[in-house]
This record gives sequence, C-alpha cells and structure tokens, in this order.
Amino acid sequence: MKSLSEIDITSKRASKAAGFSWGVAEEIGKNIRLLESFGLAGIKNLNQYFISRKTKKFENLNLITKNNKPKKNTFCPIVLGVSFLDQIKSLENLSSIKFNKISFPLLFLPFLSRSSEIIGKKIYLKFNNFKFLCNMNLNILSNLAKHDCPILANNVEINIIENKDNFSEREWKSLYKLSEETFVEETESLKKSAAGAGLTDND
Amino acid sequence: MQVKLRSPNTVMKLSRLGSFHQSKLSFLRSFLKEFKDWEYKNDLFDLNADGYGTAIYSFRKNERVYSLICFANKISDEERSDRVIATKWDAAFTLHDGVPSKKDIERLKNEVPKQEIGRLTYKELTLSRANKSVRVFNHVVERLTNGNQPDLNLLEKVGYLYRTTAVYGSGKFGLADRFRIKNREEINGPFRLEMMLVYLVRQFTFDQVNHIAKSKNPKKAVRLDVDICKNLGIGNSTGLGMAPFIVNHPTLLNNWVMSREMALKKIREIKEVKIGEKKIFKKSLKNSLKNITSWNTQSDYQKKKIKYLLKDVKRFLNFIETELNFESNYPFNKIYLWLEREACDECIEYIVSMMMEPFDHITEPLIKLMSSNEDKYFTIPAHRTIGDLKNIIEERYPDILKINYEKRENLKNFWFISKNKEEPRYADRFVEDGADLEQPLAIARDIKRLYDKLLITKNDLTIDKFLFHNSNLRHVVRRAFIIENFPYSEIQDNTIGENVIPIDMLRLKLSFFGALKFDPRSDKWLRICMFQGAPLPHQLKNFDQQWIYN
Repeated sequence: MKSLSEIDITSKRASKAAGFSWGVAEEIGKNIRLLESFGLAGIKNLNQYFISRKTKKFENLNLITKNNKPKKNTFCPIVLGVSFLDQIKSLENLSSIKFNKISFPLLFLPFLSRSSEIIGKKIYLKFNNFKFLCNMNLNILSNLAKHDCPILANNVEINIIENKDNFSEREWKSLYKLSEETFVEETESLKKSAAGAGLTDND
Repeated sequence: MQVKLRSPNTVMKLSRLGSFHQSKLSFLRSFLKEFKDWEYKNDLFDLNADGYGTAIYSFRKNERVYSLICFANKISDEERSDRVIATKWDAAFTLHDGVPSKKDIERLKNEVPKQEIGRLTYKELTLSRANKSVRVFNHVVERLTNGNQPDLNLLEKVGYLYRTTAVYGSGKFGLADRFRIKNREEINGPFRLEMMLVYLVRQFTFDQVNHIAKSKNPKKAVRLDVDICKNLGIGNSTGLGMAPFIVNHPTLLNNWVMSREMALKKIREIKEVKIGEKKIFKKSLKNSLKNITSWNTQSDYQKKKIKYLLKDVKRFLNFIETELNFESNYPFNKIYLWLEREACDECIEYIVSMMMEPFDHITEPLIKLMSSNEDKYFTIPAHRTIGDLKNIIEERYPDILKINYEKRENLKNFWFISKNKEEPRYADRFVEDGADLEQPLAIARDIKRLYDKLLITKNDLTIDKFLFHNSNLRHVVRRAFIIENFPYSEIQDNTIGENVIPIDMLRLKLSFFGALKFDPRSDKWLRICMFQGAPLPHQLKNFDQQWIYN
C-alpha cells in the first residue's frame, strides 16, 4: 500500500513533469492525497488525464462566472479548479454556478472540497447522474459508490449551501424537551446558593 | 523589561543557522525525557556467534508498545559505504508499531535490509540502516574478547561503534503516514520516533559487541564497561538529502526556531536569577569545554570555527567570573548583549543553547509548540491584494531583495533530484546538465522574481487575478503569505549562490535533532554523533538532565 505522503509527492512531481508550474503541482499533490484518503480514485483519474493531455487540448478558464461554457474544447479540471479555489470568496455570493463540459471532473472535486472549508459552507456538485456533497473538507458524500467517475461531465451544477439546520424546528423541540429531563428543578434555596453572582448586581 | 525577539534577518542567515548547537529543545533530549518512565525491554536477541541475526527492543507503557527490529547482516568491506548509493549495510532497522508477529518479522527480514527498494507498511513507523566504524568496532570486540576494556583514546576520537546513514519516517517507502499517529501524546514533538530508533540502535551496538566477544571467548571475555557505553553515541553520515526538508516545511522550521527565540527572549527577561539556576548554567558551561576540546574534525572550515569558539567561550568564562554580577538585575540579558558585542556566531549560539539549561519551566511548554499542522497554512489567501503581498515581501525579505540575480555567481547552482535514488543533489548550472529540471528550492531567487513582477502590477489587483498569468510564481506567493505569520519560516539567504555552504542547512536541522561534534567531510556532507553521554535505557528512570555536558 502506498502512503499518502508518497501519493502527494509523486502526484506533485508528475504534475510538474506534465507541464504545470510547481505551485499548481503542489495543489495537485494535496488534492490527489485528499481524494485517495476519501477512497476516491485520484491516482487513476490523474493518470488518465495526463495520458489524455498528450493528444487532446483542454480549455483554461480563469475568471469564473455564473454560467461557464468552453469555446471549443472541454475545460481542464486543474486550471478550472485552481481558479475556483482562488476565487471562492467572490464565488460564494453566486450560490449557484454552472459549467459545461469539464474533463475528468473527479480532479475538480478536491478543489471544491477545500473551497468548502475556506468559506465554512457545504458545496454541492451535480453532473450526469452523480451527486457529491463536499462537507468543509471533512468528508465527501457521493452516490458514485463503486462506479468509475465519467471522464467528461457535460452539465455541471454547483450549489453553495447556506449554513442552516437540516431538521425541522419541531424535531429540535422534541429532542430538546427530552434533554430537559437531565435538569434539576430550581428551588428558592438553590437560586440563592448554587450559582456565583448575586440576585441583584446593581452595585 | 521587554526584550524583542531577534530579527529573522539575523537569525535566519545561513552562517548563523550553520552555527546552531543542540539545546534543551533538541528532539533527542525531549525524547529521553518523555520516555523516561516507559518500560524498556530486549525482547529477542537471536544473533549467531559472529553477531549476525535478529534482535528486538521495545518501549512500552500501558497498552502502547514500540518495537525496534534489528537485522544484522554480513557484508564485505568493499560493499560498505555511507553514501546513499550503497545497497548493503552492516545492519538495518525498523521501528514497528506494537509487538511484531512472527509473520511480521519474516516480512520485515525480507524488506528492511533492502531499505529504499523494500516496502514497508503502515505498521512500521521509521526505517534506518547503519554501518560499523570498522576500526572501532573490531578494536572493541578484540579487547573485550581478551578480557580487556578498549582504548579510551581511540573511542574518544570516533565516539561510536556504528553510524547510521539514513533515518526515514513519515510515509516514506510505505511507512505509516504522520496523520495516523499524530494524536499520540508521547510523540507530540518532531522526530520523536526517529530519535527512539537511533537511541535503541545505540543499545543494540553495545549488546552486539558484548555478544560477539562472549561467543569468541566464553571464559575470558568481559562486557563493555557501562560508563564507556554511556560515553559512546551513534554516529550519522548526512548528505544533502536533509537540506530540502527545511525549505519544504516552512511552518515547521518557524516553530523550531521560534521556540528557540522565545526561550532566549524569556530568559533575557528574567530579572533575578536564583542561585541554583546560576550554578546549573556555570557548571554546564565549564563541563562543556570538554565537548569542544574533544570535537575532532579534519575540516579546515570547522577547525577554524572550533578554534574561535573555544577562544570566545574562554573569554566569556572570564567575563562571567570577573565582570558580570549575577546578583544584578537581568543578568542573562547582560550576557546576551556581551555575546553580540564580543563573540563569533558559533559562540553566540553555543551560549544561547546553554542559557536554557536551568530553565525547564521556560523550555518545557515550548517543546510542545515545535510541531506544525502544515496543511492548515497551505491555501493561498487569493482574495488579498498585490499591495498586501508587496508589503509582506518588503518587510520579510529585505536582504533577499538586494541580491542581484543578473550576476552569474548569485545563481551558480541548482538543486535537483537524482534519478538513481531519488535523492536531492546540488550542482553548477553552468557546468552540469539538468538545470531545466531544477527543484523549487531557490526561494530567494524566486521571491526576487515575484517582487520584480509585483513592482509593475497595480496594488489593488487581487492575487487570484495576478495568478491567472503568473502561475510560475504560485509556489512563492504561497510562501510569502506563510512568512507573514511565521517570521522564522524562511532562510534569509541565497541558497544557490557561489559561496553557499550547503552543510549549514544540514547543521541547522541536526542541531535541533541534538547532534554533537559536527564533522564536515566536504561542503555537502558531514558526520555527527548523537546520544553521546546519554543515559542507557536502564538508567532512564532517574538521570541527570545536563548529561550532555558531563
């Protein structure tokens, strides 16, 4: 078994050899490490992508907007991912972002995961029939399961999810009521003696 | 009184870093302190009469066990080399997490002696190999076999029976990643398991010579005297492999140096020094003269440094005996100001280390701050502006901005990874091929390039937009934002210039390990000694904290 440290270093060096700058190669190393630690096929996809780069042209997108379509080819997941990560503070306000044709979308995913951590919000990614929920870089929930991730995502939708409860107020109240059964009923005597400050603190 | 931290622009110069010495913050000393109440055991000693075979040593406490597995092998003299290109060694070692099963030992017997081309698993924590100092090893065996103790003069010249030629950890060759063990209380300090490996290897070397002597002459042989063992350490041959580490781990480097600087600041701020504290300082200092006078090296560069060190330490001793009043306020501040005025770099840093000896209450909390969660500081704050970045660079890299990279001598060398053993190397870019595959270790040059670019960029542009067209500078943009919060994270020198002495970078790291007796063999590799004078495992329960000077 390869250690995550080996995965990081080798991915970084391979990315430099494939033509990326050292700074971007560092990002890729961290990302592949992240994918593999979450049980996703980072090494496999990166390999396929580098092989594909030899014969295929990918489009770079620097400035991300609400709707993003490539002019001729498909988007490079790395350049797109770096842009997304770098621009996340401004993208946060868009709440929903759409892309057409991202190649090797799995390689784009860790950039979203890390972006989710930066803004402290969950990021939801949907393409073809696959869904991913990036949870502040702590984990990624997905229905990808044992499927191979497609090498092209046609219509990609990203939603930045506002922080809110995912339960109803009624469910919360019910649980809270039960938790109250661990509290002691307050008597006059306890009011006077069991806490720190005085009953009146107008001094 | 408030004392300022020393400027990174002084402390982080290569010549100063290359003058650092071990201290109470050093990893081998904090390792011994942490593991002093662990149970030590020799679990297996299956060596043949010539000393070849397998041995296992362990440290255990409650449910936790760390086991060093040693494989001693026969190799010919022609095969013995300390260089990284070697393929065989006198002994190979791994530190196993827990108690190894028979199956584990069989697996490791096959993999560990192969070192870099072997495969380890997450159950192994560190990996190493070592060669005998043949001259000393044979002499000791011969003397013990005949019932005599070895010649102390010879032992003093070398200081060890074996020297390690590499110690690997943190995920190399399949070893456990750091994240698997980082929450363990006992290893809350850098390189603690590497230190454990080296310490237990030292004990193995004593047991091996005793065993061979006894096997050769069961009736007459004697065991190596315990006090002699105590004065032997473990040697280490270290090359350039270590140098990129301190460039590649900026926040870790900062935390090491910051701890040292914080300790110095707090000690200088002590108004009244207690009699006991003064005694420890003076005693350590006087005893340490022996460490200087027994520091052997063939290197003219180091000989000169030792000569000045000895001269300045003697002058310093005279100063504290005749001029300094320890009962006056802030005596350690007076000491430090005297050093800055009067002493060479080597002596300043030597005494700075020594100043920590009496002050456990200052050093102990700092030891806990010497690790780093590096991932936390990896992401570039790309929403910030060029103006911000420019300010950081001007403030944090003042001397680096003065370097003229139009001059050949300032970019003479390049760092690269050799294909042979994937090890870092350093070569002349105008003579050797391969500069197009240069590693990103010329930080000063790249910071200067970044700054030149920033000068022609609008201040209010955000970093994300700057990086659209300057991806080649991304690695140094990251570093600049790191140094904003970690002032000691960067070497404040040109690491590719004509006059660079790469071993200065090694010495910095080795001093934090706790190494002694730096012996440069060229400008690219050196030998050192570790654990010389350290308590033996059975003495750990109660040992003198100033052992290093006794």
